[in-house]
Amino acid sequence: MSNIPDDLKYASSHEWVRIDEEGNATVGISDHAQDALGDIVFVELPEVGTTVNAREEVAVVESVKAASDIYSPVSGEVIAVNEALVDAPETVNSGPYDDGWFFKIAISDEAELADLMDAEAYSDHIENE
Amino acid sequence: MGERTALYQQHLDAGAKMVDFAGWDMPINYGSQIEEHQQVRTAAGVFDVSHMTVIDVSGDDATNYLRYLLANDVAKLDASGRALYSAMLNNDGGVVDDLIVYRLDNGYRLVVNCATRMKDLKWMAEQARGFAVAIEERPRLAILAVHGPQAIEKFCATLESDKIAAVQALGNFRGVELGDWFVARTGYTGEKGIEVIFPQEQAAALWDKLLAEGVKPVGLGARDTLRLEAGMNLYGQDMDDATSPIAANMSQTIAWEPQDRQFVGREMVEIHRKLQADGMLPELTGLVLEERGVLRHGQKVITDKGEGVITSGSFSPTLKHSIALARIPVKSESCQVDMRGSLIPVRIVKPNFVRFGKKVFE
Repeated sequence: MSNIPDDLKYASSHEWVRIDEEGNATVGISDHAQDALGDIVFVELPEVGTTVNAREEVAVVESVKAASDIYSPVSGEVIAVNEALVDAPETVNSGPYDDGWFFKIAISDEAELADLMDAEAYSDHIENE
Repeated sequence: MGERTALYQQHLDAGAKMVDFAGWDMPINYGSQIEEHQQVRTAAGVFDVSHMTVIDVSGDDATNYLRYLLANDVAKLDASGRALYSAMLNNDGGVVDDLIVYRLDNGYRLVVNCATRMKDLKWMAEQARGFAVAIEERPRLAILAVHGPQAIEKFCATLESDKIAAVQALGNFRGVELGDWFVARTGYTGEKGIEVIFPQEQAAALWDKLLAEGVKPVGLGARDTLRLEAGMNLYGQDMDDATSPIAANMSQTIAWEPQDRQFVGREMVEIHRKLQADGMLPELTGLVLEERGVLRHGQKVITDKGEGVITSGSFSPTLKHSIALARIPVKSESCQVDMRGSLIPVRIVKPNFVRFGKKVFE
């Protein structure tokens, strides 16, 4: 069984979102996603300052198995990226919900958060996929 | 549920992620494919490859039959235990399968691929007409491959003392029958090691002893990156029924001499050889991408001489960048790969990347 923390929101494309005190969104990929990808060997991150739309491709992960697009679950501006992943992409495998985060977004439309799943709905989504 | 090897429970106990492989439930990894890959390059790993098909060929005409069936020549096997890698061709000079053939005290043993089992058995039966041979599949045998710089030492540590000397004495591509075990210095990783073919009832006991010696289980994922680094072909990906061995870097495995040996596909592959010399048949070569990104099976390749395709591509855990096998026009000098819509320049090298843990191409 993969780990699905209760305090996060999830997209059907397997990204998670954590909202911090300032209301910004930290985005990563779920434990289920990293497990399905296998060992991650390269991560391509967006540039800070880029404006992105929800469900738009903003990053790429390459694993031993496949290349995979990472979609932004919300619209807004990229305000930080996890540069540590460039030299240590395996961090996504070892800590998908903490050190393995990808980027932070200053959300432009909070209403979009309602489109995301909670842990229970995401767990069902994985099972039915 | 797929077919299971005798070690199914051992795989689960070792934390395997099981996947379907040609109808078999097989371990793809036990956590990290890259760690398992490095384990084989630096220490010792064990692969359960019992899903592969073992076929024994015996009878008065066994030698003549195999000299006709296979593109390599079993007449080179001048002593019991010796091994040979060969293509089995069809009448068009395409590759029905690639295999290892061992000479036994009484006949020969072939180890062929799992996904091609039915096709191979049918083809072998058809080609056997007129030969006094018995072709017997041996489905109740397990196969373990133990590979890595420490593999032979650790394998020997699991053996009864009377068997150790015989295994230690083996040279590369040599094997020995030890009771109902067959042990050979063959493999699919580019490292030293052994493959042992033995009754499946004994598989769990050997597996447990190997793990107790510090040998780690390695899944099919790492098996693929290890063989790719070693420049070894994967049937169904780098060659198939419609591919000439000449276009799959297998010319060296065809025994052209003696010229009067008739083998299946001979006339066609002789034509293919001429075609390639005239630049009309592509070759299988190595590609290297030293920057970010991973070359993948099926990606289109554009060279100064025309178009080609990547047949196998992956990240090389040893080299820390991507490598690939690609079928491209002969004498190509420059090369680009269409990676997700961008044309990325790559280097053309000989199709052999890593041996004994070290980079081998220029």
